[in-house]
Amino acid sequence: MTTKLLISRRKLLQTSAAGAALGFLPYSGSVQAATSATVGFIYVGPKDDYGYNQSHAEGAAALKDIAGIKVVEEENVPETVDVQKTMESMINLDGASLIFPTSFGYFDPHMLAMAAKYPKVQFRHCGGLWNKDKNPMNAGSYFGYIGMGQYLNGIAAGHATKSKKLGFVAAKPIPQVLLNINSFLLGARAVDPTITVQVIFTGEWSLAVKEAEATNALIDQGADVITCHVDSPKVVVQTAAGRGAFICGYHANQSPLAPDKYLTGAEWAWGTVYKMFIDKLQKGEPLPNFTRGGLAEGFVKMSPLGPGVNAEGRKQFEATLAEMMKGGFSVIKGPLKDNKGKEVVAAGKAYPETAIELESMDYLVDGVIGSTS
Amino acid sequence: MGTPQIPAVSSLPIATSNLEGLARRSEAVAIPLAALLVGMVLFSVFIMLVGKSPLDFFDIMWRGAFGSWFSVQNSLSRAAPLLLTALCVALPARLGLVVIGGEGAIVLGGVAAAALGWWVDGASAFIVIPLMAIAGMIIGGLWMGIVGALRHYRAVNETISSLLMAYIAIALMNQLVEGVLRDPASLNKPSTHPLAQAYRIGNIPGMDVHWGLVAGIVACIISWLLIEKTRWGFAARIAGGNVRAAQIQGLAVGPLIVGFTALGGAFAGLAGMIEVAAVQGSANASLAAGYGYTGILVAFLARQNPLAIIPVAIFLGGIDAAGGLIQRRMDMPDATILVLQGMLFIIILFSETFYGRFVIFNPDLWKRSA
Repeated sequence: MTTKLLISRRKLLQTSAAGAALGFLPYSGSVQAATSATVGFIYVGPKDDYGYNQSHAEGAAALKDIAGIKVVEEENVPETVDVQKTMESMINLDGASLIFPTSFGYFDPHMLAMAAKYPKVQFRHCGGLWNKDKNPMNAGSYFGYIGMGQYLNGIAAGHATKSKKLGFVAAKPIPQVLLNINSFLLGARAVDPTITVQVIFTGEWSLAVKEAEATNALIDQGADVITCHVDSPKVVVQTAAGRGAFICGYHANQSPLAPDKYLTGAEWAWGTVYKMFIDKLQKGEPLPNFTRGGLAEGFVKMSPLGPGVNAEGRKQFEATLAEMMKGGFSVIKGPLKDNKGKEVVAAGKAYPETAIELESMDYLVDGVIGSTS
Repeated sequence: MGTPQIPAVSSLPIATSNLEGLARRSEAVAIPLAALLVGMVLFSVFIMLVGKSPLDFFDIMWRGAFGSWFSVQNSLSRAAPLLLTALCVALPARLGLVVIGGEGAIVLGGVAAAALGWWVDGASAFIVIPLMAIAGMIIGGLWMGIVGALRHYRAVNETISSLLMAYIAIALMNQLVEGVLRDPASLNKPSTHPLAQAYRIGNIPGMDVHWGLVAGIVACIISWLLIEKTRWGFAARIAGGNVRAAQIQGLAVGPLIVGFTALGGAFAGLAGMIEVAAVQGSANASLAAGYGYTGILVAFLARQNPLAIIPVAIFLGGIDAAGGLIQRRMDMPDATILVLQGMLFIIILFSETFYGRFVIFNPDLWKRSA
């Protein structure tokens, strides 16, 4: 632990005009090599949430052994003026030159305001919102396509279910979440076309009590495999395992919470993305402004298959995964109807995971029990 | 938590001598400071138990909170919404009510302001910004006024009803933001249409702190004047001490209760409007950031005195600002700061039981011991 404020001389000169006037000079400036940098990570929830925030903290942890890179992290930062001040504090007090605000709601207006105010600092936001025409060039976005991961979850679930009913605990009916629900159902239907998925929306990204109630309600209605899209799947996983249901994970690997009941999970592999940025930073290359990838690019990975997946399930899972890695696989393809009977994708039409149409998804496909509103 | 039986300093009869007045006033400073010190010592034990140095901890706290101009502005920015939300607790508290649901008035005030800003888009900012503030205050005031009315006319416990209404308010906000008020472009984070740039509130000149800080301080001063210097405030204090006595005196207790809760709600609604116009730029789920709940802490630590809310809110803003630096420098979880806040809160509340017990601060006891 160090109480010394690490800050580069360049940064010191930039900020000392204001600082010196007010006696803010307790730090010892140290000249740093061009390849060294302080990188800031900001999380909206706890770093050990077995979910979204943990997936980013694991990615950040992958940088800690890189020579010259100092990682500073802050958890539980709300999407208010707090996150703006956290970014500024990382810049002014820690000398951060690259910041990753990882929560979706940090982008507009918070990160954009800071990117305009600190043009020499690089900002990369997780969520894929950056737009070349509107947003500053020292800002950018990265995000992953995880829908195919939920499709693979669906295959594992399709083989494990006896009741042919699966359950999905979802936060909000927004496009990203709807795509995951639909992908999970379609994966399961690749195993058995009679399978249904019941979805319950909790309305919040993190609301443990409702998540537990939703999980229990789904199991009460006969679901025997549960998955979810909430910030921290911990409560869903533990509640479902406690009731004897199987689980497909999301965001991070939750198998330590229920080793016997955990089938597999769609996980983020942010370490790939962060290492790419740091590599470019150390080589002095410009950082990309817009980065996206899925399973094939190593942005997303699957948890190792658990003991609940039978030989047949393992075979189909691995064959589908291999096909996805080759490229050209489409989860959303026609003919496809929504659960109100309206055709949403015409026969012959297939959307790759990169398709822009998927980013405004507003329907649940036939076989999903639930409503978007 | 009952209000302490000791009358507030300023309501005491004029001290017979300067010395006596000084003694009484010192008490109000010395006891909270001593409590703060005890809390810090106890917290040091906690820090040592987890194998860290308390000296480093308080050194980093100081730097993160007030040790530089940047840190001071950081703390002030975080204090700004707390000034207004604490009033939502402190004003009804003068009538003996414990209202804890200010969060509801914030989110609805914010939604009202954002909706109005969108509806009148194109009109002059000189008209629209005050209108947005008024809209936020009216909605916040109506919402909390209901709590006061339920309390007085139907004897519904105001603590529970305000808390439950906060849940309803947040659900209502989500419904509006995801429904009729939604900007179709906000796909993955449902929000209202963004406010036009002209309707945004900027920073105080020369500072990196938005105008919400000034609004909060002015509101605290107005509230103090209202309570201490007007007949309504006087009536409220009487009703807060003894409702029956106030009714026998012919005071309109009902309108007082509804008025004070509504005024508190109006200030919280204003906090929501400022959050939209100065920080978020639109109304969305980020409005429910917990300012209403931290405001409860601020109001109780300030002993429900609107003027004392100002330093207490800045102090808590400072703790909040330092929390990030503690995480980054000492590798301690965010919960560390919650433990510190919790410890300080309990000890400061406990310290209230000591008012009037120390001979040095209590002129009444001087004669007895002499």
